[in-house]
Amino acid sequence: MIATLAFYLFAAILLASATMVVVARNPVHAVLFLILGFFNAAALFLLAGAEFLALILVIVYVGAVAVLFLFVVMMLDVNFAELREGFVRYLPIGGIIGGILLVELLLVGAAWTVSPQAPLLIAEPVPGAVTNTQAIGRVLYTDYVYLFQAAGVVLLVAMIGAIVLTLRERPGVRRQNVGAQLARARDETLAVMKVAPGAGLTVVPKPEPKREPEPADHGGHGHGNHHGGGH
Amino acid sequence: MAATDTATITGEGTEVVVGLEHYLAVAAILFTLGIFGIFLNRKNVIVILMSVELMLLAVNINLVAFSAALGDLTGQIFTMLVLTVAAAEAAIGLAIVVVYFRNRGSIAVEDIRVMKG
Repeated sequence: MIATLAFYLFAAILLASATMVVVARNPVHAVLFLILGFFNAAALFLLAGAEFLALILVIVYVGAVAVLFLFVVMMLDVNFAELREGFVRYLPIGGIIGGILLVELLLVGAAWTVSPQAPLLIAEPVPGAVTNTQAIGRVLYTDYVYLFQAAGVVLLVAMIGAIVLTLRERPGVRRQNVGAQLARARDETLAVMKVAPGAGLTVVPKPEPKREPEPADHGGHGHGNHHGGGH
Repeated sequence: MAATDTATITGEGTEVVVGLEHYLAVAAILFTLGIFGIFLNRKNVIVILMSVELMLLAVNINLVAFSAALGDLTGQIFTMLVLTVAAAEAAIGLAIVVVYFRNRGSIAVEDIRVMKG
């Protein structure tokens, strides 16, 4: 009884927050409603007995995906009000298509029953004595190990792809050049001299060691000593 | 057989608490909301991506509901795979959005019609 009530509560919040994701004026609010919806979906998973997936959903979706959305929404300087033009114009067509689809899905669901032979087709019966996490582990690393590996490859490709897409070489950024640092010899930079007491020291500047020309250096930001004497 | 299997999931011999149809109805409505969102926010790529996430979540709910109702763990395994693909899709999609915004200064969908960068 309590579980049924909880199901309806979580389902109602899930659907309400999904609606808010779709119609929210501010995309930051949309992302926050998305997070709320994911939490409630995780609760629905818990009610279905899939504890492991519920927590994975919270970790992956709320912890990674939704925060990624939040970052991007806040990072991009977009006038989101402009993007909402045509909201009302597309409302009827979206409503019609969505309504048709929903009616179809509900009709299919109403007319559908589980076949009596369905239990014969069960590939991985839920084992009795172990927890959900253990049961998934037993199946995932044996029968579905190739799919597990493929999922890892998908994530690797996504990671590399995201990095390659967003990495950019900006001109004018002075970053560490490890090779040049290590190639520096002592006599290029340091001269040890004997100074007689009371006498000055005239340093004959050595010719500048040949450096690789850096395109960004000609702006004058780098060589402050050229300008420093004038002031 | 299915009923006894699901009863063992929850432990104390209780039946599965909520019927399969309720889960399917919630998932159907959620999926419809995702499609509705794509039509409604036709200019905003980020909200479209969020709608796609909602639709994938609806699929996941379906898979978990069937898995619980039939006592078959395969549905939960596939839920994990869908989750993986959804995470990868979100990462790549948002990376493309960021790169596009960097190049064009806009993320309006109707501006995206030139193939060469």
